[in-house]
Amino acid sequence: MFRNQYDTDVTTWSPAGRLFQVEYAMEAVKQGSAAIGLRSKTHVVLASVNKASSELSSHQKKIFKVDDHIGVAIAGLTADGRVLSRYMRNECINYSYTYESPLPVGRLVVQLADKAQVCTQRSWKRPYGVGLLVGGLDESGAHLYYNCPSGNYFEYQAFAIGSRSQAAKTYLERKYETFMDSSRENLIKDALFALRETLQGEKLTSSNCTISIIGVGEAFKVLDQETVKGLINEFEVVGEEPPADEAAAPEQGSDAAGPDQGTPAEPDVAPMDI
Amino acid sequence: MNMVDSAPAMHNLIGSESDSQRTLYPYVTGTSVVGIKYKDGILLAADMGGSYGSTLRYKTVERLKSVGKHSIIGASGEISDFQEIMRYLDELILYDNMWDDGNSLGPKQVHNYLTQVMYNRRNKFNPLWNSLVLGGVKNGQKYLGTVSMIGVHYEDNHVATGFGNHLARPLLRDEWHENLTFEEGVKLLEKCMRVLLYRDRSAVNKLQIAKITEEGVTISEPYALKTFWNFAAFQNPTAGAEGSW
Repeated sequence: MFRNQYDTDVTTWSPAGRLFQVEYAMEAVKQGSAAIGLRSKTHVVLASVNKASSELSSHQKKIFKVDDHIGVAIAGLTADGRVLSRYMRNECINYSYTYESPLPVGRLVVQLADKAQVCTQRSWKRPYGVGLLVGGLDESGAHLYYNCPSGNYFEYQAFAIGSRSQAAKTYLERKYETFMDSSRENLIKDALFALRETLQGEKLTSSNCTISIIGVGEAFKVLDQETVKGLINEFEVVGEEPPADEAAAPEQGSDAAGPDQGTPAEPDVAPMDI
Repeated sequence: MNMVDSAPAMHNLIGSESDSQRTLYPYVTGTSVVGIKYKDGILLAADMGGSYGSTLRYKTVERLKSVGKHSIIGASGEISDFQEIMRYLDELILYDNMWDDGNSLGPKQVHNYLTQVMYNRRNKFNPLWNSLVLGGVKNGQKYLGTVSMIGVHYEDNHVATGFGNHLARPLLRDEWHENLTFEEGVKLLEKCMRVLLYRDRSAVNKLQIAKITEEGVTISEPYALKTFWNFAAFQNPTAGAEGSW
């Protein structure tokens, strides 16, 4: 009876000038576990929180290498993220086949955004339910972009997406002015601290985060767990121990159980049920 | 019934083969292009002759062109195919500029693109009948390379196409060095072009020299070389060749 009349397909406008399906897709990004990115003049660091959907399962991969000079961190539907990563890899390979040089990051991001935009303008399609932080290096330096399901894209000095990303954004906003001249190590350090903010009390360990880096003279690579462990210890990125009751009943009702865990979202959180 | 139906199909099958038009041999051609690296960039030289078979039919064919901000190209071989290549390149550069994002294709990228185009066309048994020389400077890096009609490509400090490979490159191997000034470079190229003029029947005495540096491209006005035809061997070319006419 009071069903939303304007969200049955992507191309239908609401009288208020909104596209609900597109907004739902953007909501899916907020439900995924957090991913953050930050850059200096020479480096980009991408980092993500790993959340397993259950005690028994492994977590899903959130950071992908696209090419030696581009990497991507995702939040939202992992399946969509993988499709888009594959597309980006293809574009990079084709470009370097034709021109024997790396595809400029900004151009890849525009192509990706155009691809996402098409999905918002075809009634038989659905928007991608994934947000991508694209980090890369080209002749104009280091870049960090955020690609949204709506087809919008933005360039950032530092950004965070996914569940509880606001906490990380607050941290990054406080410190971003130092990032431009930051060293590689300090950039990773800030990534770890920003990431910790999204955990809200939970402890940051090498097993619940992924860190990747790309920089001048350094091809994109995801740091291995040992290295991350070392860095966490070195920087003393300790989080508060979770309170006893929370530790006993972890995850219940938390909005971190988002789409990229493969579990159905809690009914009170999912934006799709109207 | 089938016979009636299949007859036109068969005709098409055969027809498609014989109707297709390809360059089987070139019509109007330009001769050698010579290119060298020098202290500040790249120099290319080419004459302006266009041969219709072995007839020197056209005298003002521009065979040196700029490609975007960072590259110059010189072409020998079929002139019309070169004009088509220039259409490809102008479109390529236009689309590159339209990104308006501060990135631009350099000589290496253009060279690689051309290599793909040439090789792709030869694989369709429809080659672009040219040998191309590509030079340029970007981010302080000098680049000089060449592509043939079948996609053979390489980079070098000095390159030449066609007869230039036989007559100019030996001179360049002897006299080229990294620190040639612009004047020395032009002098060396003129020496090459003069030898080509003397010994390559398709060469004409009207040439251009193109220069590219970090500052940009300049293509000279056409000019002629001073020649001296009174060498004994020119005056009596068959001396020592008994029985020759």
